[in-house]
Amino acid sequence: MIAIIDYKAGNSTSVENACKKMNIESRLVSDIAGLESASGIILPGVGSAKATMDSLSELGIIDKLSELVLDKKVPFLGICVGLQVLFEHSEEDDTDCLGWFKGQVKQFDKSKVRVPQIGWNRVDWKQSNAVNKGSKSGNYFYFVNSYYVVPEDDGIIMAVTDYNGEFVSMVSSGNIYASQFHIEKSGTAGLQLLKNFADLGEK
Amino acid sequence: MLTKRLIACFDVINNMVTKASKFQNNIDIERVEIVAEKVYDMQIDEIVFYDIKASAEKRSIDLEMVKRVAGLVFIPFTVGGGIKTISDMYSVLKAGAEKISVDSMAVRNPDIINEGAKAFGSQCIVLSMQVKNVGVSEKIPSGYEIAIDGARVFTGMDAVEWAKRGEALGAGEIVVNSIDNDGTHGGYDLDITGKICNAVKIPVIASGGAGKPEHLYDVFTKTEATAGIISSMLYSTRLPRNYSVEELKEYLLGRGVDMRPMVR
Repeated sequence: MIAIIDYKAGNSTSVENACKKMNIESRLVSDIAGLESASGIILPGVGSAKATMDSLSELGIIDKLSELVLDKKVPFLGICVGLQVLFEHSEEDDTDCLGWFKGQVKQFDKSKVRVPQIGWNRVDWKQSNAVNKGSKSGNYFYFVNSYYVVPEDDGIIMAVTDYNGEFVSMVSSGNIYASQFHIEKSGTAGLQLLKNFADLGEK
Repeated sequence: MLTKRLIACFDVINNMVTKASKFQNNIDIERVEIVAEKVYDMQIDEIVFYDIKASAEKRSIDLEMVKRVAGLVFIPFTVGGGIKTISDMYSVLKAGAEKISVDSMAVRNPDIINEGAKAFGSQCIVLSMQVKNVGVSEKIPSGYEIAIDGARVFTGMDAVEWAKRGEALGAGEIVVNSIDNDGTHGGYDLDITGKICNAVKIPVIASGGAGKPEHLYDVFTKTEATAGIISSMLYSTRLPRNYSVEELKEYLLGRGVDMRPMVR
């Protein structure tokens, strides 16, 4: 059973719909008990890093989430802001984030490109792993973001994308996967990654 | 690089997709879920639908319809019509839509743009504007005036000024909907679309008038619009022929416009 973290600013419904479409058993979860019984955890995200961090604090699940993902190695998938909050700090409203990964979240340069980036962009894989199995480099996914992550450790970079220069569009490290693009809204290309992720917890 | 987007747009009345010309004489096409699933299967890039009677009938948007569509399409979709409050916006997003389109209501209460952007992020708030060519004047320096309520009421507001204000208030995208070109199938209004693209830094979507693939090519090469709304071309029985998304993409890709290629 995949737990989809349900918080006020998120788009958990869309992720739940995508799971249903792929026959993935999932549940919206907003408390510790729900997280503990999960075979995998998805942190969806829209809106701002600050709203997301505030919501997670309010639910009182941050310590449990960190324990399950970092110590017990439960498969984890972050999406969009659910990727950004894994880093130490975001420029967006000067927000301190979870800090699972070393690095910063920065804003696209408004003098060079339209911000937010909205639409389908090309994703080139830098790693092959269980989640992008069967997905071609150069597939297109749907992005909606004004900010992007800058990891300190290049080793976690799973994919890159070009928006007036290359930025990191997906990271992975052990049981943790997180994409800047919306896996749940990228048609069949995205649904395939979601299915691959759900399969991790089945093993 | 980020590709240009084709957005299918539906005007919905009582759960039926309808098609109007110059905002009038709507004819029924098909049930909204059927049309939505059809264009999703055709690999459209995005969907927007308007509950066009919600405002006039003073009711909120049909949330059950939003939920049904959300269960069928796995690409972004935007919903508009009858959204007045932050709580309305929350319900629509919770029902599974990605974005909220505000139009007449935002003219009456511009703060809703700001409040919505704060609550859900700018990327959720699409400012849709109905623009009409009225000629350049002191009051309307761009030559295009903003209308509301299905193009029936004129506001005295300049279209470019309103676009800039919408951006400053926190809108994440702007839809430029030409009243003159709507339903004519004669092409987008490149003039005002271009002017608004040059005036703001957020993505701009062209709307109203697309009838042939060339019209998309024109708007993507002669303006900086990042997306084009199409509807008649996909399904109107008033046009001599309809086009598949594949045909449109092949046409545009073949002429050097960046598009998401078909997934086979």
